[in-house]
Amino acid sequence: MKVTVDEDKCCGAGQCVLIAPEVFDQRDDDGIVVLLDSAPGPDQHALVRESAAVCPAAAIEVTEEA
Amino acid sequence: MSENDQVLDFPLRSDEALEPPAEWADLREKCPVARMRFPTGDEGRLVTRYEDVKRVLSDPRFTRRLDAEDAARLSAEGSVFNSEMSSMVPDSGEGHLRWRRLVGKWFTAKRMSALRPSMEAIANELIDAMIEGGQPSDLKAGLGFPLPVYVICDILGVPAEDRERFSYWSDALLNLTRYSQGENAEAMGAFVEYMSAHITAKRADPGEDLLSELIKETGTDGGLTDQELLGTGIGLLVAGHETTANMIGKMVCMLLADRTRWEALLADPSLVRTAVEESLRFDANSGIGLPRYLPEDGEASGEVIPRGTTVMCSMGAANRDESVFEGAGEMDLTRSPNPHLAFGAGAHSCLGQALARTELQVVLTVLLRRLPTLELAVPSEELERVDGLVVGGLREVPVRW
Repeated sequence: MKVTVDEDKCCGAGQCVLIAPEVFDQRDDDGIVVLLDSAPGPDQHALVRESAAVCPAAAIEVTEEA
Repeated sequence: MSENDQVLDFPLRSDEALEPPAEWADLREKCPVARMRFPTGDEGRLVTRYEDVKRVLSDPRFTRRLDAEDAARLSAEGSVFNSEMSSMVPDSGEGHLRWRRLVGKWFTAKRMSALRPSMEAIANELIDAMIEGGQPSDLKAGLGFPLPVYVICDILGVPAEDRERFSYWSDALLNLTRYSQGENAEAMGAFVEYMSAHITAKRADPGEDLLSELIKETGTDGGLTDQELLGTGIGLLVAGHETTANMIGKMVCMLLADRTRWEALLADPSLVRTAVEESLRFDANSGIGLPRYLPEDGEASGEVIPRGTTVMCSMGAANRDESVFEGAGEMDLTRSPNPHLAFGAGAHSCLGQALARTELQVVLTVLLRRLPTLELAVPSEELERVDGLVVGGLREVPVRW
């Protein structure tokens, strides 16, 4: 799995950080998403997919690899 | 197109407090961009499909300029959407982005999680007082209302002793029907006066709170203007009042109305997170929705909406859209993902959503632990809605344990 985030779209809702804190964080100086792990392990996959699905700004993209 | 000839009277009513209006399902299916009439007589369009609501809320062409000359008046008395306050904070574009980031950084998920222990302590104290007061008890007055108020007062550094006044001012801003124009204007004036005085005091003697932090940045390059600071203080105090306060009561009622839901949570408290999200989605009494104003022609569900139209987005109806949520009419405490629109969508989605989520999770966790035998003290059909409120709520939440 490969994860990318779009900082320009991000509205700082923090849903991803609440759901998958090992993969996502927010910057202290503006609340914008920080990607901690762009290739998270299998134990994080479900949480990352959920984060992407519920992001209010559609700022998280997940590419599933075969 | 025959449905389009009808003009709905807005807001729609439902027979029972926890049930959606009967029209929602039909509107989503047959008339996704419905003509409707506000209580003022002004007309607008109501969108109810998930995809439309999400897109309209995210699309900058659908603006928040409800103070435009030809925008519909939601209330004859003026409302939060076209009040003096709504124009104090930049509503779009770069200005909004700058404001959003300056303020949003204080509401990150991590900062809100750090407040958990103090929220738990407040919840425990309030539940102690409820138990001491005996049963049946109104959970709204005893817990749902005071908890978010204490928390937002603490964050902003305003004294919780003044909460009676904030509650009145918030209600005057958020209620479309209860107050006269004179009462609304007076409340707004008093609120501005209070917050201005408070900001002046904080400027002289800063504390460890959000307003003091924001003051540090006012007047600096890229910081808030004095007017923005005032609007932000008032906006956050209002938003921190009625929204989560009402949601706590509604969430508890939904979970107790079918007690197997409560029991499922008792058996597995790890469901609290998804149960909170599902409560937000399932809330059929989430208020009137969010209005947008179209300065140019727009479109929804393939239908052209002419410029000058006020569009009302019903997040409540969108959250029951069967094409997105399987078994939308059922409450599924394990639903995941749950991309509901209770906090809106896009650049303007709720700034305080991590705060609200954390409060709702904490309240539910503490209630399950402290009052596992909790039940409604009246049949759920007898619960009553608050009339006229922009954010839906119940008058009382009578419980026993």
